[in-house]
Amino acid sequence: MSNIIASTAPKARALTPEEIHEIEHEKTHYPYAQAVGLEALKIVQKYQGWVSDESLLAVAEYLDLAPDELEGVATFFNMIFRRPVGRHVIQFCDSVACWMLGCDSLKGHITSTLGIEYGETTADNMFTLIPVPCLGDCDKAPVLQVGDVVYRNLTPEKIDQIIADLRAQA
Amino acid sequence: MAKINVDGKVFEVDPNNNLLQEILSQQVDLPYFCWHPAMGSVGSCRQCAIIEYANDEDQRGRQVMACMTVPREGARYSIEKAAGFRAQAIESIMINHPHDCPVCEEGGECHLQDMTVMSGHTYRRYDGMKKTHNNQYLGPFIGHEMNRCITCYRCVRYYNDYAGGTDFGPQASHDNTYFGRFQEGPLESEFSGNLAEVCPTGVFTDKVFSKHYSRKWDLQTSPSVCAACGVGCNINPGERYGTLRRVVNRFNDEVNGYFICDKGRFGTGYVNSSERITVCMSRDTHDGRPVQIEADTARAQLKAMAGSAIGIGSPRASLEANFALRELVGADNFHAGVSDAEFGLLNQVLDIYSNRPVNIANIRDIENSDCIVILGEDVTNTAARLALALRQSVRNLGKEMAAKLKFPNWQDAAIRQLAMDRKSPLYIVSPHSTRLDDVAKTVHIASAADAARIGFAIANALDNSAPAVSDLSVDEKTLVDQIVADLKAARQPLVVSGTSLLEPALLNAAANIATALANGESRCNLALAVPEANSLGLMMLMQGSGNTLGKALGSGSKQAIVLENDLYRRAPARAVDSFLGGLDKLAVLDTLQNRTGEAANLVLPAGTFAESSGTFVNYEGRAQYFYSTFPAKAPILSSAKWLTEGKKTEEILAEVAASLPGGAILNKLTPGADFNFAGMRAPRQHHRYSGRTAMRANISVHEPKQEQDEDGIMNYSMEGVPPLKDATVFSSPWAPGWNSNQSLFKFETKVGGPLKQASHGVRLLDNSGAANTWYDATVTKASGDGFSVFPVYHLFGSEELTSRSPAIGEKATAAYVALNPADADKLGLAASDGVQVQHNGAVPVLLRNSIQPGTVGIPVGLDGLNFQDMTANVSLEKARDWQSPKGWRAANIIVSDRSMKKGEAN
Repeated sequence: MSNIIASTAPKARALTPEEIHEIEHEKTHYPYAQAVGLEALKIVQKYQGWVSDESLLAVAEYLDLAPDELEGVATFFNMIFRRPVGRHVIQFCDSVACWMLGCDSLKGHITSTLGIEYGETTADNMFTLIPVPCLGDCDKAPVLQVGDVVYRNLTPEKIDQIIADLRAQA
Repeated sequence: MAKINVDGKVFEVDPNNNLLQEILSQQVDLPYFCWHPAMGSVGSCRQCAIIEYANDEDQRGRQVMACMTVPREGARYSIEKAAGFRAQAIESIMINHPHDCPVCEEGGECHLQDMTVMSGHTYRRYDGMKKTHNNQYLGPFIGHEMNRCITCYRCVRYYNDYAGGTDFGPQASHDNTYFGRFQEGPLESEFSGNLAEVCPTGVFTDKVFSKHYSRKWDLQTSPSVCAACGVGCNINPGERYGTLRRVVNRFNDEVNGYFICDKGRFGTGYVNSSERITVCMSRDTHDGRPVQIEADTARAQLKAMAGSAIGIGSPRASLEANFALRELVGADNFHAGVSDAEFGLLNQVLDIYSNRPVNIANIRDIENSDCIVILGEDVTNTAARLALALRQSVRNLGKEMAAKLKFPNWQDAAIRQLAMDRKSPLYIVSPHSTRLDDVAKTVHIASAADAARIGFAIANALDNSAPAVSDLSVDEKTLVDQIVADLKAARQPLVVSGTSLLEPALLNAAANIATALANGESRCNLALAVPEANSLGLMMLMQGSGNTLGKALGSGSKQAIVLENDLYRRAPARAVDSFLGGLDKLAVLDTLQNRTGEAANLVLPAGTFAESSGTFVNYEGRAQYFYSTFPAKAPILSSAKWLTEGKKTEEILAEVAASLPGGAILNKLTPGADFNFAGMRAPRQHHRYSGRTAMRANISVHEPKQEQDEDGIMNYSMEGVPPLKDATVFSSPWAPGWNSNQSLFKFETKVGGPLKQASHGVRLLDNSGAANTWYDATVTKASGDGFSVFPVYHLFGSEELTSRSPAIGEKATAAYVALNPADADKLGLAASDGVQVQHNGAVPVLLRNSIQPGTVGIPVGLDGLNFQDMTANVSLEKARDWQSPKGWRAANIIVSDRSMKKGEAN
C-alpha cells in the first residue's frame, strides 16, 4: 500500500523567481518561518490563481515547514483556494444583513444566470461562486466582492451588469 | 494549599494546579475531553464548565471552565449548577457523531460514551444531515475513522506538541475540521500508538487489535512489563480465546507515565506466531530427526544434564529463569548470554550506578531536567520511551519563563506560545543524526571514541581533578565550553549515554561528567540505556563472575543448556557453529524457532512474557514483577518452571532475594503468595467478562474447571473482588461511570501522582555512599584499513522477538549499510546500488549526509547482515549483478537528515 502512495504522491514544483522574490521580502517581516507561511501562500495564489498540492509542497520546502503544518493554514482560511477557481471569484455575502435584504433570491439569480452553485466554476472557467460570511458593508447590503472590488446595493439588474462587465474584461 | 467549597463540600486543594485536576484528585466526577493529565489545559471543549461565586453573598455566580481556573482560597464553586450548560455543550459536540458504538472499537471503553452519559445528554434532538469525511491510510498501526471526531484537539496536542510529530495536523475549520495527514501514508512518529489511548473516542484505533478485536470487558488482563527493551514500561496485555489481542499502557509515574512506544504496543504479535515452539522435542544427533516427547520425559532429560552441562542465560529471560538455570548448572557453569563486548559494558553500568555519586534518572527526573547531554546513544531507537521524556525536558525553559510571568504551568498553549522555539539546552554527540535533532541546541557528529573524549573534556572542565584529554580540535573545544557553561547554569542537569555503541570509554565519560556535577547531597541525573528487558538483572546474577559467552563457546563443554537465546545474535557465526558442533547434547528453552534451536537435541517450549510471571530489571536497576496474562497452553511452561520442576515464581523470587547482596528488597515486589482481597485472589477477568460458559461450546458443552494459576495472587477468572481503587494488583483501570482508561485517576493518590498501594518496582542498586572518583580518560581509537564500523539500531527490527510480529515486520526493513555520499562516490555507488561487505554478502546502500566519511553504519539485528560477524573495520565494494532484496524499503527508514527527507540523497 505504501508503495502505491509513494508513486502517486505529488511532488514540489519549482517556485518562480517572482514568487521567491516576494516571499524573501515577506521573510524580512517575521521572526519565524511559520509566520511567513500564510503570506507565501497568498503570493503563490496571486501568481497561480490557486494553491495546488505541488505549490503547497514547494512553499513548505522553501520555508522548511512541514507540509502538514502548512496545509493546516491553507485549509483554515477560505480565501486560500486549494482547488482551481475561475478567472473571477464571486464572493457572495450570505450573512444576516444581506439575508434580510433578500440575498437568497439574488443568489438564485446568479445560479440561474451562470449555471453554478456555491463552490462551482463555470465551464468556460470564467466564474467561481463562493459564499462569504460578511464583507463588513452591511449598510449597503446586499453586497458581493470580485477581486478587489465590492459591489453594493445589489439588484438582479446590477448583477447582470457586473457579469457582463467581467466577461467583457476577458 | 487552598480551601475550597464545591457544592457544599470543603476540599483542601493545591492552588498550583487547575481546578479540574484538583476536583478529580478529590475523586469527584467532572466531565472533560481536551484536558489530559500529561498535556495540561487548553480550554477548548467546554465540558468542565462549573459556576464560580464571587463571595458568600453571590447567588448567581459566573460560569468558568474548571481546567482554565486557578482554585481560589475560600472560593465557592458548583458543579451541579452548570449541568445544563454541559448537557448543551455535549449535545452540540455530538451533532456529527455517528453513534456507531456497536461497530466501534472504542465502544465499552469510550471516554465520549462515559462523558455523554455523565452530562445527561441521553436523547438526540438533532435530525439534520451529519458531516462525513474520508478516512486515511495511516500505516500498519493506527486505524482512522474521522466521522467519530468531536474536535477536542487532543490528537494534535499529543502527536505534534507532545511527541514532536510533523506529519499530522488539523485541517480546515469550525464544523469542517479534519485531523489527518497532508497525504495519506504511515504515521512517522515512533509513539503514534498512544493516539488510540489519547483520542477520547474511536477516531484513532489500534489497527492490530482491530484485526482480532474483543471488547475491553472480554479481555483477560494482568499487570505486566514490556519485554521489548531495557526501559521496562508497564503494560497491560489483553487476551481472549488463548491469543494475545493487544497491549495498552499501564501507568507507572516513575517508569512510563501515560505513554509507551509503538514497539511495545504493536510488537507482541510473536506471542501468537505460527513459529512458536509448542511441543517438547528430542533427537539423538544434531542432524537427526526430531521426535515429539512427553513433558515429563523432557523434564527428566533436562534434569539429567545438571552437573555436566554448562548453562547460557539470557538478557530477555526473567530474573527467576536465569536464576533457576544458574542453580541447576551451578554458578561456575553459568554463563551470561550476551556478547563479550556487552558483558563488559553492562558490568561497567552496574559499577557506575553502584559506586559513583549519581542519581539514576527515572522518567520524572528526565522530564524535569533543564540541561541534557546525550553521549552517543540513539535513544529513540534503543530506549524509545526515554526519548519521549527528553522531548518534554527541553520545554522546561519555557516553563521557567512562564513561572516568572506567574503563568500556571498547566497553561499548555500559553506556555508554548510564550516559549516559541526557545528550549532548554540539549546536546547530542552521535555518529549520525538522530530523531531528537530537531529539539537539540547542538548536534555534533563524532565517532563513539571522539564522543568519549569530548565527555572526558567536559568532566575535566567542570572539575579539574577529573582526568584531562589533550588534542581537542578547535570545534570540539568550543563545543565543550558551550556545554560546560550550560551545565553549570542548570538547576537539574542530565547525562544520557548507553551501551549501544559498544564503547566503554563513553560510559566512563558520562560517569565522569555526572560525578563532576555532584555536589554533596545534590547529584546529577544519569541515565544509561541498556539493550534488553533484563540485561542488568542477568548481570547482577553473574555477581562479578567472568563467565562470558566467549568463555562458554571456548570451554570445550560437551553439554549445554541455552535459555531463551539465539547465540548467533551474540557471537560470530563461526564461533557459535564450532561450539554447537562440538556438543553432544544441547538443550534449548525458547519461545520462537531460531538458528540456535535448529541444532538442539532437546527443545522445551517456553512461555512468553504473556504466559509467564517473573521479574525484569530495567536500565535503572529497577526490578519489576510481571504477572502472566493467560495460562500457557500445555506443554508450554515458563522457563523458570521447566528449570525448577514447577516451583512457584514467588518462591524462586524469594530465593533470588536471599542470594543477591541487597536482594531482600525483592520480597517487596509482590504482595506475597497468600495475598487476597476478601478471601479471594485478584481476578484477571473483568466482572463483566462474557461468554465463559459458551466460549468452548464448539468443543464441549461441559464447562471445565477454570485454569489454575500455580503462582499465587491472581487467578484466571472473573471470580474475586476487582480492586476498584486499590492498585496493589493493578491491571485494567475501571470505575463505575468511567469505562475508559481515563478512570485511572480513581487509582491515583492525586492526578498524575503514584497509584494507591501500587508497586513502583524496587531499585536494587544503592550508591548512597559513593564518593567522587574518576575513570581514566583513556580512549582507544580503532585503526586499520577500510571503513570504521559503528552499529545502527532500529526501533522496528533490531530486537529479536518484536521483529517477528507482523505489524513491526511491516515497518522494518532488510539490512543495509549507511554511508556518506562522498564515500559512495569514491566506491562508484549510486543510491540504488548494492555493497559487498567484506565476506558477508551484499546489501543495499543508504546514503546519509550526517555520517562521517570513512565510517560506515551497520544495522543490528536486521535480516541479511549479522553485526556479530563484523570486524572493527570492514572493506566495502560495489556489488556485482545487484538486485535490491525483497523487504528493502528505504522509505521505512525514518532518519532526521533533512536532505534525505527531501529526497536529495535518497
